[in-house]
Amino acid sequence: MDLGALVACFASPACVVTQASSGLIVGLLLFLVAAGLTLIFGVLKIVNFAHGTFYMLGAYIAYSVLQATNSYGLAVLAAAAAMAVFGVAFERFLIARVYGGNVLMQLLICYAVVLIFDDLVKLVWGADFHAMGMPEAFQRAPIFIAGGVVPPFYAGLIVLSLCLAALLGLGLGFTRMGKIITAAAQNPQMVAALGINTTALFALVFGLGGGLAGLAGALAAPVRSLSPGMGFSILIESFIITVIGGMGSIAGALLTAIGYGLLRGFGTIGFPLFTDELIYAAMILVLLLRPSGLFGREIV
Amino acid sequence: MNGLWRDSGVALAALVLLLGAPLAFSSPAFEDFIIRLSALALFATSLNLLVGGSGMISFGHGLFYGFGAYAFALLMQRTTLSLASAVLLTLFLAALVALLVGAVCIRLKTIYFAFVTLAIQMLFYSVIISWVSLTGGDQGLQGGIPRRVIAGIDINQQGHLYQFCAVLLVAGLFAMRHITASPFGMTLRMIRDNEARAAFLGIPLWRPKLAIFVLAGVFAALGGILASLFVSGAYPEFADWPFSGQAIFAVMLGGIDSFLGPLAGSAILLALNDIFTRLTEYHGLVQGVVILLFALGLRRGVLDFLRVLPGRGEVASR
Repeated sequence: MDLGALVACFASPACVVTQASSGLIVGLLLFLVAAGLTLIFGVLKIVNFAHGTFYMLGAYIAYSVLQATNSYGLAVLAAAAAMAVFGVAFERFLIARVYGGNVLMQLLICYAVVLIFDDLVKLVWGADFHAMGMPEAFQRAPIFIAGGVVPPFYAGLIVLSLCLAALLGLGLGFTRMGKIITAAAQNPQMVAALGINTTALFALVFGLGGGLAGLAGALAAPVRSLSPGMGFSILIESFIITVIGGMGSIAGALLTAIGYGLLRGFGTIGFPLFTDELIYAAMILVLLLRPSGLFGREIV
Repeated sequence: MNGLWRDSGVALAALVLLLGAPLAFSSPAFEDFIIRLSALALFATSLNLLVGGSGMISFGHGLFYGFGAYAFALLMQRTTLSLASAVLLTLFLAALVALLVGAVCIRLKTIYFAFVTLAIQMLFYSVIISWVSLTGGDQGLQGGIPRRVIAGIDINQQGHLYQFCAVLLVAGLFAMRHITASPFGMTLRMIRDNEARAAFLGIPLWRPKLAIFVLAGVFAALGGILASLFVSGAYPEFADWPFSGQAIFAVMLGGIDSFLGPLAGSAILLALNDIFTRLTEYHGLVQGVVILLFALGLRRGVLDFLRVLPGRGEVASR
């Protein structure tokens, strides 16, 4: 516990900028993963325990595409597209078979998929850590804001994720497709009765969620090391975000993710040992006082 | 009363078989398997008291397994308590913790209950990781369990540990069987099937729910004690969430509607793990495929499946 260091950091703009930017990329990457998770839960009422696998596969695919084509943009797009397709296939071939069944059966299928793909990644890419390295486009001098150092990749990532968050929010709120998805989250039977193919809609939502996770993996690859277990910790973290923010709420996920990222960023200075405990305690408290989360609607 | 006599008979026969087996053939591998099975089976069966017996899906049951292992190992290392008193004190402490956690959690239902139990388990896990001076952090609790010989039983000897585990396994399962078969167990099944009806009949729902939560915690801690004896210490993995996942898998694999389902599931899971680990480096891949085949093919646990085979009629308990 070193609160003195934390106070000193808050007194210096340089330190605030540096910690905030590293906290923000943690939070915004998590948001992309959690947004898919919360969307899938909101519409399909499925807790996708295999969501970390999408993130991991996205990172590895981006790694290989970058090596093959030397284009980071292409790598990101390929990872997102591949994971969207994977999401649709996962929903159609596995999850669709256990709708309405026991939650534990869903959990079991996801657990199996996690085990299988962790080992497949080991088979294809090997068990050791991989580092993608910074793509060439971002290998330039860091940006200085009020004396704080912000790597260009961080700045790009923050801007891109915020744009995606806005796109997602506007798309859900103001397009026809978005309104159908929102309606299906409330009452899928009624949506189906109105002549909308909810089977295709569910697959689409799963594809969108999977694609977002794959995208997050590809965006995280330059700043994280790649290993077969990397989906595990991101899954727990994005769970915390969706639970605190409210299962099914995109805005809740965004605000919680940013708060979480900043807490991590500044927590490493002030209370590195207690950050985890603080976060779990917050999650317990929110569940007890408002089980549906800070921004969620009661669904049970 | 007939049920109780039959269960006692089965328990006695199982005990005689388990204790007699080493006399007929001496196989360290078999003894080793039963020791590991006893820890996992007690843990999985106690989880099923909640999941199958009461409809309370807990994702954080590993908390009590981990607590049992750490509390017992620490009591043995840091105090001069005898083996039996350390076991009893650990179970008592686990009951206190379960009472506290349960009082907080049982207000929530379905997926929220699952998440809050998971969050409390992860809180406990992160405390284990960061309280290095007490728990040894991520290295686990080292230093072994001091040997205390009582009445000629020395648990540091594999043969004696085997007998100790076999007795506790059978006794624990018998006690849990008695709980599920009792009127109290029936009440819980009614709450599982229709909470509103149970409430209308005048049952204060929180009381049986909290009671079974505490009981399940105590039996999970017993499993943790056996695990701690087997590994001579305690590891944070015991309290980590993949381990809770393994127990859920064992329960589902064996069958949530059969009392012995979790035992069967634990045995199959351990055996599969042992075989795959020997055969291939990619045992996760094989295990995942097996789970998928089972989840999409059988759609229920092995024992539940056998009970509804054609000609046997529907399962009575559901």
